[in-house]
Amino acid sequence: MDNFQIPVSYYLVLSVLLFSIGVMGVLFRRNAIVIFMCIELMLNAVNLLLAAFSVLHGDTGGQVFVFFIMAVAAAEVAVGLAILIMIYRNVKSTDINILNKLKW
Amino acid sequence: MMKLAVCLLPLFPLLGFLLNGLAGRKFSKNIAALTGCLPVLASFVISLCLFIQLLKGEITVITVDCFDWLQAGGLSVPFSFLIDPLSSVMLLVVTGVGFLIHVYSAGYMHDDEAFARFFAYMNLFIMFMLLLVLGNNYAVMFCGWEGVGLCSYLLIGFWFKNTAYNNAAKKAFIMNRIGDLGFLLGMFLIYNTFGSLSYKEVFEGAGRFTSGTPEITAIALLLFVGAIGKSAQIPLYTWLPDAMAGPTPVSALIHAATMVTAGVYMIARSNILYALSPAAMGVVAAVGAATAVFAATIGLVQNDIKKVLAYSTVSQLGYMFVAMGVGAFTGGIFHLVTHAFFKALLFLGAGSVIHAMGGEQDIRKMGGLRKHLPVTFYTFLIAAIAISGIPPFAGFFSKDEILGYAFAGNRLVWLLGILGSVLTAFYMFRLFYLTFSGKFRGTETQLSHLHESPKIMTVPLVILALLSAAGGFIGMPAVFGGTHFLANFLSPVFAEGAQRLSLPELSHGMELVLMAVAVFIAAAAILYARNVYVLKQGVPAGEQDELPVLHRLVYRKYYVDELYDKIIVKPLMALSGVFYSFLDIRVIDGLVNFSGSLVLKTSSVLRKTQAGTIGFYVFAMVIGVILVLLYNIMM
Amino acid sequence: MIHYLFYFLSFLAIFSALMVVLVKNPVHSVLYLIVTLFSIAGHYVLLNAQFLAAVHVIVYAGAIMVLFLFVLMLLNLNVETESHKSSWLKFMAVLSGGLFLLVLTASVKGSEKIHGVISGGSETGMIKTLGNTLFGEFMLPFEISSLLFLIAMVGAVMLGKKETQ
Repeated sequence: MDNFQIPVSYYLVLSVLLFSIGVMGVLFRRNAIVIFMCIELMLNAVNLLLAAFSVLHGDTGGQVFVFFIMAVAAAEVAVGLAILIMIYRNVKSTDINILNKLKW
Repeated sequence: MMKLAVCLLPLFPLLGFLLNGLAGRKFSKNIAALTGCLPVLASFVISLCLFIQLLKGEITVITVDCFDWLQAGGLSVPFSFLIDPLSSVMLLVVTGVGFLIHVYSAGYMHDDEAFARFFAYMNLFIMFMLLLVLGNNYAVMFCGWEGVGLCSYLLIGFWFKNTAYNNAAKKAFIMNRIGDLGFLLGMFLIYNTFGSLSYKEVFEGAGRFTSGTPEITAIALLLFVGAIGKSAQIPLYTWLPDAMAGPTPVSALIHAATMVTAGVYMIARSNILYALSPAAMGVVAAVGAATAVFAATIGLVQNDIKKVLAYSTVSQLGYMFVAMGVGAFTGGIFHLVTHAFFKALLFLGAGSVIHAMGGEQDIRKMGGLRKHLPVTFYTFLIAAIAISGIPPFAGFFSKDEILGYAFAGNRLVWLLGILGSVLTAFYMFRLFYLTFSGKFRGTETQLSHLHESPKIMTVPLVILALLSAAGGFIGMPAVFGGTHFLANFLSPVFAEGAQRLSLPELSHGMELVLMAVAVFIAAAAILYARNVYVLKQGVPAGEQDELPVLHRLVYRKYYVDELYDKIIVKPLMALSGVFYSFLDIRVIDGLVNFSGSLVLKTSSVLRKTQAGTIGFYVFAMVIGVILVLLYNIMM
Repeated sequence: MIHYLFYFLSFLAIFSALMVVLVKNPVHSVLYLIVTLFSIAGHYVLLNAQFLAAVHVIVYAGAIMVLFLFVLMLLNLNVETESHKSSWLKFMAVLSGGLFLLVLTASVKGSEKIHGVISGGSETGMIKTLGNTLFGEFMLPFEISSLLFLIAMVGAVMLGKKETQ
């Protein structure tokens, strides 16, 4: 792998693409679980970029941050899915358009 | 002790006002009358004590600083009172005549449902009038000046259910405001020139100016504008006849004896300023003389008993201003005092007649009241003689003093004065004869209703008649061996002004000749009136009758009201109508309504976005992020 | 040669990410997401970030995606139950997603820090160096994150419990 040479802008483009796909998914889908997955996608896009820049600058802090983001993502998913289960129990659906009480 | 007494002087009427004004509905009529009269009596007693103190000569001036009123920058106006001979004479007139009229009102107003309110207003008026007279600086005087204007408005419109009365009240108030603006500007100019509003500092400061300085003339003229408004002189006199809409005691107290003389008092108080400005004196004398004759001519043909007296008041006030204008400050105040006596008496007598006639004010429907109202008849006769200037009644001395000074100063003014005096004598006796002699011309019911007024009304009449008869002796001139008590008493106040004017002295012989001329032609006028209205039984023409051109012109008061209406009121109304329909309704209301409806419409649109749909919220969030990033790129 | 590996992994990641969004069945979405995550793990390996690659596979593929699948099974959502959005909304979603991409690209393009070149064989991602940093400089945040997990666990259990009336 020593002859591996790639401009950091390539990673940038890849990350931006993945992140935008994630955003589009959030807007596109109505199933709360899929929206959750899209959020994970966006997190991963950011993680990838962090790792790329960490390597570029030779700074370990970036990768430690990725590690922490993973930790938070794991915790978030655990709690978020629990909430989803609760919602499903109450309204028998995970369609976000049914959850329209968030007003006034 | 003395200071406390001075402070209590205006506080008593204020207390009466508060009691009657706040709790008057719960009072019985007797209690309300007592609450109204007693404070004025108390003030009168205090005034009398103060007068006696001054008379003893131990004290010449009492000043009482109550509290700091206005403190702003270099301006410092204490709320302070001044008792000197001038204000003490005024105090006696205001509280003395005021008390008599209060007592009279207790009888006159007895059947009115708003009895307590009437006394509340009257007491408030007395309070403000005392402030006006007592003030030790122009600001306190202005406070009283505005206050009496307010009370005048309230009392003219006392029967506020009548639109015409309300209009009269508004007219009086607005005309007074025009004058008040002059007073206010004069005050500003005084402060600008002397750096103070206090009498002492202003008059001492004025001493340093030479005669005819433009600033002093401007101040004097501006203050005179105030006096014109308050004292109903040409061109602002038209409110006073209309002010007769108020109850008759009000006309007697406010529009004859006290408030309207405030302008005279103010000029007498500022005599040094006027003495320094011959031009302003000339204007005062000219306006006074013109008003004296002009109003008297209108008085000749009026048929409403109170209107005749109102024009007579305007005319007599003109005399006082003539006095001020020719430098006879003592004479002016003297005439003010005697006029307060006999004019109050005339109004109260007229009130008694109106009372007996059941509200009828037209003298064409009276006549022959002598035997029905004997007390009123005799007192009214005394007042009529007094105002006509027949010796030895009060009006003779004061009027002749003024005419004497006028003769020495300016012959034309004297001539106008004499003319006014003739007219006065004629219209007073025309009124007197038409009312009291001949046959009764009213209806049968009125005839059966005729009665002398109760004691509570006739006693003040008698007291005022005594004062009208004997009041002149306080100013007995040297010709008759008198010492002119009033002149000596007031001399500390007027000394400096008189000294600057250096008035020419009349010889005693000349004085006697002038008096003889005045008395002779006044008597002639009275006899002529007797000839026309008693011997020939003349009665003024009715409303429908065709009048000669000149007669009609005077009867319609020279169409001055119509003229003012045409050239001032109508254009102003039209202008305000334009402003109302365009600026107020379209622009201002439009703006206000627009901002309201804008918010309403915007929110009704935005409300629909808040539907609780998470999808939309996320969408909005993304749009927001896009906008933030866009902003980032643009910058 | 190794460049092709980068392009291949990138293509795989983007394609499967698109499929995550586009397929109707949630279970298929999860499977495509796993592919994406693995390709990202491949990227980590390319960057010589071995520790991250390992942790990534363990946390995402091993824990999070299993959790997703588990919930889907639990709620029995493996069929196409999702009602369709209107085509206008879909159009708007694609449009704003594209706009977002455009704006994001434009905003990072202006930066001067993106012109560097990444060369392989970096020592930054080795377990040893990372471990030193993590347990040296970031000791406290590391310990606090354990607290976060505890709280998340308690919360998840609380929420998942059947409500007792």
